[in-house]
Amino acid sequence: MKAGVSIGLPWLASLALMTAPAAAATIEVTIDKLVFSPATVEAKVGDTIEWVNKDVVAHTATVKGGWEVMIQPKKSANLTLQAAGSVDYFCRFHPNMKGHVNVAP
Amino acid sequence: MFTRYTAALAALLFVSAAPFAQAADKPTDPQIAHIAYTAGVLDIEAAKQAIKISKNKEVVAFAKDMERDHEAVNKQALDLVKKLKVKPEDNATSQALTKAAEEERAKLAKLKGAAFDKAYIENEVAYHKQVNGALETLLIPSASNAELKSLLETGLKIFQGHEQHAEHVAGMLK
Repeated sequence: MKAGVSIGLPWLASLALMTAPAAAATIEVTIDKLVFSPATVEAKVGDTIEWVNKDVVAHTATVKGGWEVMIQPKKSANLTLQAAGSVDYFCRFHPNMKGHVNVAP
Repeated sequence: MFTRYTAALAALLFVSAAPFAQAADKPTDPQIAHIAYTAGVLDIEAAKQAIKISKNKEVVAFAKDMERDHEAVNKQALDLVKKLKVKPEDNATSQALTKAAEEERAKLAKLKGAAFDKAYIENEVAYHKQVNGALETLLIPSASNAELKSLLETGLKIFQGHEQHAEHVAGMLK
């Protein structure tokens, strides 16, 4: 249920070592008033998406049959993308919230 | 305008026909705050009943989501009315909603197992639909304070999410 809650510096450093020379990026997605912004993220394998929840209610970023990240109210949570591909995600608590991630190899 | 509000209230209160005959006027901000808060409290009470009675994992998880979200939104509503120095005012709509919810709770209390789960979730779909309709057609257009209006608009998006979530759970129970 919970994926990658903290994004500490040592972790970033080890990630940089693992994926050198191409540095992995962290892409921020803001959740405000039940909207994922940007709605579509362009990323590559090894990049991290960080969701920043500005709402007073918890949300999830859920891929049907795939990963799920829980984002608590007024908190952030992140996920490092492991596989290439194009996926739709939604919030399991509020399925009217939708996002999309394109992951390049 | 008169007819529109009456129709919206009728839609809101179709479960209990009597009280809205006198409530045809556009609600004031203190009344709107009371209605929205009451609608949240009633769904929290329904959720508590489901958490106690249901043995279905999905239904209990849904009820916990409802309890948590409505508590969070109502806390925000309380903070806002305090800030605006608005005193929520009881009114016929809040009373009719409360009465209808009490009747529904009594009906549900007689059920258990799959019959309870189905009735609870179906009522959640209907209840959110009803409240969302009232928010859209009556409460949001009638709100005069911009911050209250904005809170109601965000609330509507959250509750539309609940409606879809409830429909999804209802589909799983079939």
